Amino acid sequence: MSENIESKPYISYLQAESKHKGIFKWILSTDHKRIGIMYMMGMMAFLLVGISLGFMMKLEMLTPGKTIMDAQTYNAFFTLHGVIMIFLFIIPGLPAVFGNFMLPLQIGARDVAFPRLNLLSWWLYVIGGLFAIVSLFLQGGPIDTGWTFYVPYSIRTGTNVSLPLFAAFILGFSSILTGLNFVTTVHRLRAPGMTFFKMPLFVWAIYSTAWIQVIATPVVGITIILVIVERAFSLGIFDPALGGDPLLFQHLFWIYSHPAVYIMILPAMGAVSEIIPTFSKRTIFGYKAIAFSSLAIAFIGYFVWAHHMFTTGISEVSRFIFSLLTFLVAIPSGVKVFNWVATLYKGSITPGPPLLFVMMFIFLFSIGGLTGLILGSLATDVHVHDTYFVVAHFHYVMFGGTVMIFFAALHYWLPKMFGRMYNEKVAKWSIALIFVGFNMLYFTMFILGYEGMPRRYWDYLPQFQTLQIISTVGSWILISGILLMIGNLNRGIKRGAKAVANPWGGKTLEWTIPSPPPVHNFDVIPVITHGPYNYGEEEEK
Amino acid sequence: MTNEHSEKEHIIGYGTYVLIWLVLIGLTVTTVSISGINLGNIALAVALLIAALKSAFVINIFMHIKFEDKIFKVFIAVALMTLLSVFVLTAFDVFFR
Repeated sequence: MSENIESKPYISYLQAESKHKGIFKWILSTDHKRIGIMYMMGMMAFLLVGISLGFMMKLEMLTPGKTIMDAQTYNAFFTLHGVIMIFLFIIPGLPAVFGNFMLPLQIGARDVAFPRLNLLSWWLYVIGGLFAIVSLFLQGGPIDTGWTFYVPYSIRTGTNVSLPLFAAFILGFSSILTGLNFVTTVHRLRAPGMTFFKMPLFVWAIYSTAWIQVIATPVVGITIILVIVERAFSLGIFDPALGGDPLLFQHLFWIYSHPAVYIMILPAMGAVSEIIPTFSKRTIFGYKAIAFSSLAIAFIGYFVWAHHMFTTGISEVSRFIFSLLTFLVAIPSGVKVFNWVATLYKGSITPGPPLLFVMMFIFLFSIGGLTGLILGSLATDVHVHDTYFVVAHFHYVMFGGTVMIFFAALHYWLPKMFGRMYNEKVAKWSIALIFVGFNMLYFTMFILGYEGMPRRYWDYLPQFQTLQIISTVGSWILISGILLMIGNLNRGIKRGAKAVANPWGGKTLEWTIPSPPPVHNFDVIPVITHGPYNYGEEEEK
Repeated sequence: MTNEHSEKEHIIGYGTYVLIWLVLIGLTVTTVSISGINLGNIALAVALLIAALKSAFVINIFMHIKFEDKIFKVFIAVALMTLLSVFVLTAFDVFFR
């Protein structure tokens, strides 16, 4: 099938001409594929900045006391590391890159519902990113509040807080507009015959995520504006010295920021549900259960935010209710993991790089999820709250979860996006390095945290040094793996062997068109007559 | 396209728009006036009730939701129920702290 597709001459989206010249062909393009690629470039740049900051922080932790930077610089570094990784990398993450590129392809559409709005989203992302960067060099110095901007410190510190907060506000708008676009696209532009239960599971995940983006993001927008107003006019909304309530800030912040965790992880889970059937050549086990579990995670994810506040002095009734709700999220998450493993069972498995990343994800995410239950329990949370245990937990969930699947998705869809293959052997070496480095870096943090090492501290007691050294060396191995991976992908894009239309034997619609895709995706809009993963039906024929 | 959307024209007279606008101003004046009266614990509930009423007018008339497909009404209902749940859950902290 793929040879027939490729034998026809066509103009790919990479070669397409427009009325604009040079870089303007890209930055003024409303093509969803080009916008996806532009997000990818921006996010990879920010990822490298975030990694560099993390590398320096771990180097500082090599010895007690000062190693390479003073305490104030360390405060700025962990804040910037968090702000960049959260707001500029993981939250836009898979929806901005692969949602933009793959969503229209997977539902048989020629573009998203509002292409110009899509370009505006990207521009808002760039402007927000620039504001965040500019704030580092202004008088007052880089923000040092931590990425959570907790009051009253964020109201009183003399560092630049208002500008990076405003940057986050702009980035929020980018996210909302992307969400609106995707919800409308899924409802309006599905190919004839593609009912909701014939949509690929990645589309289900992007759809669920888009709803969170639309409903939850305005809350953080309002909260950010309130902090800026409080700093400028001392109104007394959050500042206890003026009669305000600092816990109100935490409520408002986490009403957005906890669902934001699901903005990060749900699309990753969607990508897993694409990769596993393709690499095990089996119809996904429990399609509807996985689809509904995405909605369930999106829904329950709204109502667990105060588990970030168990030790802040919120009411006992509240703590009890939020602990219970937190445990409930584990159910749809567990449904997904069991269904993925059941899909692999008796499958014809090809251990290609995307599947190896997925295997790593299941391992790391399970550790992250199970340690989340320790944090969700009221009694144990008191012991490990604000320690390295929490840092390890969310890196296992966010890095081991979302970022590993971002890498998996890069390896899965890169041949489709650029029409070139990367070196699979090098990719496997990079995966091995990432796995070893990741666990050395973060598993030691579970132990350090359990033994009492607080997070965000520049100094530590001598008894923690051995584990700190193991952790720092782990960061070097991890970064080596990531750099090897990026180098391999970059070389593949530029000089890799030409990719066929369907190198992995996938069944969803993006694999039915040439690689890289034509400008308008489909010559003829396909008519859908079966589900997205019909491996079983083919075997029966 | 799987979801056929029937585009119907619904013309609302200027008189209705002006009337709704006056009602909204009247409700705003009511909110401001009531804030000067000590209603105790129900002050917040009254303010929210008036705000909800104003939102209903804006959503139904100015945003035309009254004349739209059921799916849009479901969307708005989901968003409102989420907001209500967030209020209730926050209240468990505020009123029991």
